[in-house]
Amino acid sequence: MATLVQAIRLALHVGEERLGVTDVFGQDVGPPLGGVFTQSQGLKTAWNTPLDERGIVGMAIGLALAGQRPVAEIQFCDYAFNMIDLLKLAGGMCWSSAGDWNCPMVLMTPVGSGIRGSIYHSHSFDAQATRIPGWKIVMPSNPLDAYGLLLSAIRDPNPVMYLAPKALLRTKASPGERIPGEPDDDRTLSKMIDAPLGDRSKWRPDWPDVKDVLVPIGQARVCRLGRNVTVVTYGRMVSIAMQAAEALAGDGIEVEVVDLRSLAPYDWDAVRASVKKTRRALFLNEDTEVTNFGEHLLRRTVEELFYELEAPPKLLAGAHVPGIGLADPLERASVPQADQVIRALRELARHEA
Amino acid sequence: VTTTTSRAPSSAEESALAPELLVRLYDRMLLSRCLEERLIRMNKQGDGFFWVGGPGEEALNASLGLLVHKGQGPEFDYLHLHYRSTATLLAMGAEPIDTLRQMKNVATDPYSAGRNFCNHYSVRRWNVVPVSSPIEVQFSMAPGTALANKRAAEQGRGRGITIVQGGDAGTAEGDFSTCLVWSSLPRRELPCLMIVANNQWGISTPASEQHAEKHIADRASVFGIKNAVVDGNDAEVCYRELKKAMDYVRIEQRPFLFEAMVSRLYGHSSASGANFVPEEVDCLAPFERKLEERKIMTRTEMDELRAKYTQQLLEASKRVRDEPPPKGDDIKKYVYSEKDLVHGSSGTKNGVH
Repeated sequence: MATLVQAIRLALHVGEERLGVTDVFGQDVGPPLGGVFTQSQGLKTAWNTPLDERGIVGMAIGLALAGQRPVAEIQFCDYAFNMIDLLKLAGGMCWSSAGDWNCPMVLMTPVGSGIRGSIYHSHSFDAQATRIPGWKIVMPSNPLDAYGLLLSAIRDPNPVMYLAPKALLRTKASPGERIPGEPDDDRTLSKMIDAPLGDRSKWRPDWPDVKDVLVPIGQARVCRLGRNVTVVTYGRMVSIAMQAAEALAGDGIEVEVVDLRSLAPYDWDAVRASVKKTRRALFLNEDTEVTNFGEHLLRRTVEELFYELEAPPKLLAGAHVPGIGLADPLERASVPQADQVIRALRELARHEA
Repeated sequence: VTTTTSRAPSSAEESALAPELLVRLYDRMLLSRCLEERLIRMNKQGDGFFWVGGPGEEALNASLGLLVHKGQGPEFDYLHLHYRSTATLLAMGAEPIDTLRQMKNVATDPYSAGRNFCNHYSVRRWNVVPVSSPIEVQFSMAPGTALANKRAAEQGRGRGITIVQGGDAGTAEGDFSTCLVWSSLPRRELPCLMIVANNQWGISTPASEQHAEKHIADRASVFGIKNAVVDGNDAEVCYRELKKAMDYVRIEQRPFLFEAMVSRLYGHSSASGANFVPEEVDCLAPFERKLEERKIMTRTEMDELRAKYTQQLLEASKRVRDEPPPKGDDIKKYVYSEKDLVHGSSGTKNGVH
């Protein structure tokens, strides 16, 4: 079973072979490294760029406008803050030209905490990203979605931001989440597509014949059914929500876990259906809590589903502090932890209307 | 790498352009000036909220428009222009009434359907990338289209180049450095013509307070980028030197930085009053003297042409006044593109003037 980062690499390979991807590029994306997380090892169109995030995004926009199919990478989303106006430019290309141009590019960037990345390798980007209209924004929580969302992103005629939860990059697929065509055995897959240590100048990957799987942008996935309380989340927090749901099952509380997968456009129908069923909702993500995307979902829940609710909906998000602290107690205090999620869900489930 | 830098003001006597070409150039420059003056009037009469444009850059910009290899896709030239590029568009064959439509922000505005300020052009069928108000972002995008041009040329599809233009003040932005760096990567040089229209102002701030470099073009030399400084108020010099620079970029597939010393004849924009500045050289005046001296046009012919354009544009502005405004209900139209416009449509030569 592929890890999430291997799934990304397989999708980029399919992009090159079958979907017309012309360029996979960014700092350290090309050989010899193939990406700081190994995501672009062995790809035939991967190339290294100067250390210039604005240049990387500008290059992607230009390539896209000229009919190429670029996939650009910003090494950590923490370094994407100096290019927000270029993201606005890409997002506004179609709208501001009244449909004269489209800008089909994919921008990948690893996000979030969980690798002890301290202040500048742990930021989230979903709150910033969702402030930029015109982009589609996806965020996988497992290898199969990582694969299927990336293929959809490459095919989309709009700019798509692909937020990869960096703490999940090495996680393996669960049973039933196998990419069709990948070898059954992890070690076989690794031998085929992971670059060897040391000199890799003569190494070439042996790509498995993986099939197309498209996860539609804008479609959530209910990854656990439950009757008592809903948690709406995405990215790394999906696995935390699943842990919390498992723990609460022992107390007789059934938690429904909705993995949004796409933040723009987002699957409001799925959120509404789940909240109408359970009448109790927690919005969970690890970006800072002030002007947070979960706040938007919560506001809409209050406005549109107020009379359906049996408990005040909650937001659990990162602390509104400038960074993620490095020391373990500091990182734990910066972003939601499983015990907090369990507590919040229990309070919601037990709240008496 | 040979870097030739021409710093002596180019002399007009070097080789005179053909009379028909000079008449064509004059015609486009004059039409552009009359159009700008009409836009300024419209703004002062309340027909449009804001004016910004290029009176004083006509010699440079009309020359550019006449020299462009116009068409759609990477076989042809891409243009990343600024909001003073009116004469370039007119020389390429744009209809002046369309500029009035954008000024009046009516639904018939073909460049933005009433969404953007005047002189913010977007013409996909001519590879004119949407002009945006943020200064210098076009210099980050240009390497992307230039790379597509280069690939097309290597495949024997045309000899398109990328032209990117901005002012002097904007060269302080990192995007200008981005363009210098990315267009001159070792063994990966790009066919990118960078044009700096140096009017020696950044809104109200004189360049002399902000720039220690003697010439902006000097910055190209350290990258091995060929460059030139020319008198942007001499139409014949502009045309001749631009042609040389464009031929170089086209044939050698390498970048060039072209700095033209121009005037800013009506100030920065309507925000600073948009009144005529008599102290600066008006590029039309020496050109008219030259045409008279060489007996190419008479004073009367030139006066009549000016009167004709002034009258035509007055009438056009009245027609535009009666055209419908955009509908508020269309506000969310084109946030996303349903169609992939930039793929599959390249290689069409469009529009003949």
